[in-house]
Amino acid sequence: MNKQEKERYLREYGILKAQGKPFFPYAVAKDGAMAILVMVVILAMAIILGAELGPKADPTSTTYTPRPEWYFFFLFELLKVIKPPELVPFATIGVPTVAMILLFLLPFYDRNPERRPERRPIATTAGILTIAAMGYLTYLGAAAGPPTEIDIPVPANVKAQGPAAVADFEAGAQVVAQSGCAACHKFGENGNDGPGPELTEIGQRLPAPAIERTLLNPTAPMPSYAGVQQDSPEQFAQMVTFLSELKAEE
Amino acid sequence: MPKLKVPSPPAPLQPKPKRPGKKTGPEGPVEHGHEATASTIGWIDERTSLSGAGRWMMFRKVPKGTNWFYTLGSATMFAFLSQAVTGVVLAMYYEPEPTRAYESIRRINNEVFLGELVHAMHKWGSTVMVILIFLHMGRTFFFGAYKYPRELNWVIGVVLLILTMTMSFTGYLLPFDQRSYWASIVGVNINGTGPLVGPYLSDFLRAGPYFGATTLSRFYAIHMMAVPGAIAALIGFHLYLVAKLGTTAPPWIRAEAPEATREEKVAA
Repeated sequence: MNKQEKERYLREYGILKAQGKPFFPYAVAKDGAMAILVMVVILAMAIILGAELGPKADPTSTTYTPRPEWYFFFLFELLKVIKPPELVPFATIGVPTVAMILLFLLPFYDRNPERRPERRPIATTAGILTIAAMGYLTYLGAAAGPPTEIDIPVPANVKAQGPAAVADFEAGAQVVAQSGCAACHKFGENGNDGPGPELTEIGQRLPAPAIERTLLNPTAPMPSYAGVQQDSPEQFAQMVTFLSELKAEE
Repeated sequence: MPKLKVPSPPAPLQPKPKRPGKKTGPEGPVEHGHEATASTIGWIDERTSLSGAGRWMMFRKVPKGTNWFYTLGSATMFAFLSQAVTGVVLAMYYEPEPTRAYESIRRINNEVFLGELVHAMHKWGSTVMVILIFLHMGRTFFFGAYKYPRELNWVIGVVLLILTMTMSFTGYLLPFDQRSYWASIVGVNINGTGPLVGPYLSDFLRAGPYFGATTLSRFYAIHMMAVPGAIAALIGFHLYLVAKLGTTAPPWIRAEAPEATREEKVAA
């Protein structure tokens, strides 16, 4: 906006303001009505939906679902859209940081004096697309429940090792499922594809000790399973066994 | 329609005519009441000069065409006030200690009078506030209300949006159930992957490299002291700028010259 446009705006705004009504009581009445509506909505939601507590936080437990408040779903889903591991930092903080900077500086790079939405096609389209993208990601986040069952057939070479190995494999599958791994990892047909890498054939890529190390010292944002190892080493061992046996069928 | 005559007040409340030779001053309880109010306000105003600011705030004009979209900002502020009041009530019973936090919330839900209602209002109030702040931002964006001369108010609004999200992130851990605990761990880990400040930020949030005993009290202090104070101060500044610069008119409304000075009118 140049000086002339600024002056024109201020002149026009001055006229509109002079033709307006005083804040008290006209705008105050509308604000008050809206405040009452907000109060009624909050009360109604509180009475209908309540505030139930889940089970107490247990750092050593294996059954949990790391789900944020719904309005953070779009950030969480962003992790799933951007897959390659080297781009994950870009997704976690890069995209939100850039979006935030763009939001901060909006009045400084949008210098078009026009205010009517239909005459600012770029701004209006960008706004609608942003809202649509956030809405879509929020929907994806709401729809993607963390599955608690992993349905993978026992591989032939485990069967060959005898019934004890099969039982270990199945127990491991159950521990992994209950630990919420499938919220971020894909196992064959089960689980969400991302933010974490697919684990269907993880045994092919990593030997058991490496899997164990990753579980104890994971790359962020994955939480560490050191607590499980301390609390129930047997379950932890079953987890490692199960994961290391996930290989491509020959 | 003829108006009904207002009945006159009972005799002791009626103003009495002045008696000759009596000193001037308030007579009767009503005058005394008026006098007391006026002199109290006058006493305060003499020392603060606030009445001018009050008039400037309340009797400023809002432009022609102002509609219901313009109530979203004050509605957001109202949701914040509701959060503040319910938050203070919850803080009276909440104990920010890892071993006791869950039990204290449980006590609020089950034993304290109306405790679950206040807890639920605080929980769902955050959702309402986040929705309202986004609607308010959408209105500002699509109406082009962030443009000259209101750029600074937009920047403050974005800071308020981030602080509101910080509030809900730090508040989510406080009930200390499984869901909030593990979501906060993952959330802090996500922060840690950020560029440059990321690792420092998550170390700061956790009060160390791991989730520990002090993490909860740190989240609590951020949630109920640091951020709400900042939000309240910034809302004050935001409102000051709104009053100073005036609220925008809807973008489709064009100013016309005042009727008296329009040419046709003058000619006629």
